[in-house]
Amino acid sequence: MALRAEHDIHKRRLSRNLGLGLTLIAFVALVFGLTIVKVSYWDKRLPGAETSQ
Amino acid sequence: MSLVVFTALVGLLVAPVSVHPVVALASILFIALGAGASGALNMWWDADIDRVMRRTRARPVPAGKVGAQEALGLGLALSGIAVVMLGLAANLLAAGLLAFTIFFYAVVYTMWLKRSTPQNIVIGGAAGAFPPMIGWAAATGGVSVESALMFALIFMWTPPHFWALALFMKDDYSNAGVPMLTVTHGRRTTRAHTLVYTLLLVPVALGVGLTSIGGPVYLAISALLNAGFVAGAVAIWRRDEDRATADGYAVEKKVFGFSLLYLFLHFGALLAEAALKPYGFGGW
Repeated sequence: MALRAEHDIHKRRLSRNLGLGLTLIAFVALVFGLTIVKVSYWDKRLPGAETSQ
Repeated sequence: MSLVVFTALVGLLVAPVSVHPVVALASILFIALGAGASGALNMWWDADIDRVMRRTRARPVPAGKVGAQEALGLGLALSGIAVVMLGLAANLLAAGLLAFTIFFYAVVYTMWLKRSTPQNIVIGGAAGAFPPMIGWAAATGGVSVESALMFALIFMWTPPHFWALALFMKDDYSNAGVPMLTVTHGRRTTRAHTLVYTLLLVPVALGVGLTSIGGPVYLAISALLNAGFVAGAVAIWRRDEDRATADGYAVEKKVFGFSLLYLFLHFGALLAEAALKPYGFGGW
C-alpha cells in the first residue's frame, strides 16, 4: 500500500523547490536581459551601424 | 551584507560614466552573491568558534540548519558563479577584484589572520573595503583616486567600529580564543587604539570630499559625522572598566551604533552629490 499521507517535510520540500525554481527563472531572465543589452550595445559600435539605419 | 551591497552600488552610481540599468543590476547582484559566498566560506571554517560566541551562535552552521560541508560547497559554487558572471556582465577587472576580495576574506582574514594576530580586523578590513572599488570598476573598467579613497574610508573605519564592538562583547572573543586587541593587549590599549584610528579616519573621510565625487553637501555631512565619531572615541578613551561595567557599556554600544550610521551617511552623501549633479547642484 502506497503512503499517501502528506508529511510536513513534503510541504517544506515543495516550498524549497518553488524557491529554487523561481531563482533559476530569475537567473535565466537576467542572463537573457544582459545578452540583449550587450548585443544591442555592440550593434551600435559596429562600423557603419549609424548609416545603415 | 547590506553595507557591501550599498557601498558597491554607490561606487557604481557615482562613477563618471553611465551604466545600462540591466548591467548595473546584474553587477550589484553578482557582487552581493560573491559577498554571500565568502560569508558561507567563513561560516564553514569558523563553525567551531561561532558556536562559542553569543553574537554568532545563531548563524546557520552553528545553529545546525546547514551542514558545514554544505556551506563549503555552497560557498565555492557561488564564488565561481559570482566571479564568472560579473566578468561577463561588467568586465574582467571587476571580476578579478571580486575574486581577490573573496580570497582575501575567506583565506587571508578567516583562515589566517583572525586566529593569529590582534591586527586581524585592521588588515582583514580590506575585504570589506573592496565593494565600492568593485562597483566603480564595473562602471569604468578602471581604478582611480576616487575609488581608492572610498576603499580607504571603509578600511580606516573598520578598526574603531569592531573595537567598539569588542569592548562590550566582554568575554566572547577570549572564550573563543580569537586574539582580538581586547584579549591580547587589554581594554585600556583598545580604548586608546580606537581613538587613534578614529583620528586617522578623519582626513581620509574629508579627503573623499575634495575629489570629483565629493562636494559641499558631502563635506558638510562628513564634518558633522566626524565630529560626532571623534567625540564618541574620546568618550570611550576617557572611560575605565568600572564606569563602563556600571552603565552596561552604554557609550561603547552607542559609538558602535553611530559608526554604522557614519558609514551609511558618508556613502549616502556621495550618492546625493551624484544625484544633484544633473540639476546643476552637487560636486565642485
